[in-house]
Amino acid sequence: MNRLETLRQKLIAAARANAPSDAVPWAFEQRVLARLRAAERLDAAAVWARALWRTAAPCVALSLALVVWRLAGDSARGPEPEPQTLAQQFEQTLLAAVHEQTAEEPAEVW
Amino acid sequence: MDRSEAELIAAAQKGDAASFEPLIRKYSPRLFATARRYARRESEVEDIVQDIWLKAFHKLPGYRGDAPFEHWLMRLAVRTCYDYLRGHQRNREATFTDLAEPEQDWLERHAVEPDAAHERAEAARQLVQRVLEELPPPARLVITLLEIEERSVKEISQLTGWSVPLVKVRAFRARAQMRKILKRLVRSQYL
Repeated sequence: MNRLETLRQKLIAAARANAPSDAVPWAFEQRVLARLRAAERLDAAAVWARALWRTAAPCVALSLALVVWRLAGDSARGPEPEPQTLAQQFEQTLLAAVHEQTAEEPAEVW
Repeated sequence: MDRSEAELIAAAQKGDAASFEPLIRKYSPRLFATARRYARRESEVEDIVQDIWLKAFHKLPGYRGDAPFEHWLMRLAVRTCYDYLRGHQRNREATFTDLAEPEQDWLERHAVEPDAAHERAEAARQLVQRVLEELPPPARLVITLLEIEERSVKEISQLTGWSVPLVKVRAFRARAQMRKILKRLVRSQYL
């Protein structure tokens, strides 16, 4: 065995003879548990955020579909009637009860 | 009433972190001794062990109980230490003049009279630590497991996930790399 191998073996024996300490720092397990609980809380928030992101796309698609449906419906119905003046709206409101009453009464047959 | 280890593991597998505490208390000394073989600073050692436990908790649902929990945990520990070595690789080559005075004395004593240089000396411990730190991560891991911890090739294969022939090849290369480092240190002594 050459001198280098002897030196190597001696150093390995030195490492073997000086085993590292197995001392555990005070309250180490509490530190690990705190990290685990923090990770759990973070996980719950992450799950909620992920769920929100997943539902975002269908929500946008649904909104777009509703807009398209509404526009298509409007164009099929034809042009909007002329807006009423304030006087016409007032008269319609005042006479609404009368109009309803006449609508409910059966038409007189002569 | 004390719960058995199997009960604690089963509860922890369901996500009960409190059941994990007795396991942490029981196995942490072993993990600290392992981590101290690879990291010098105490803050780094604590980070490694904490990382092992966090990984263990998250991987626990995959533990089927085929092997003892300690074996499963040690496999995780060795792989975490190896990842740490790969992440903290240093490429600085030390020469004889970089050594502390007691280390230089120990080497000189060994050159003159090998039996006079005692392996229990603190200088020898410092020196081997320095040499191990210069080794590439696979070499350092295999030397530590095979020669310092005196584990079998088969055991190392199970711990590291390397095949048996790969462990043997890496051990052969690691010994040669260690001799090369020592040769540089001893030669620079006479330059």
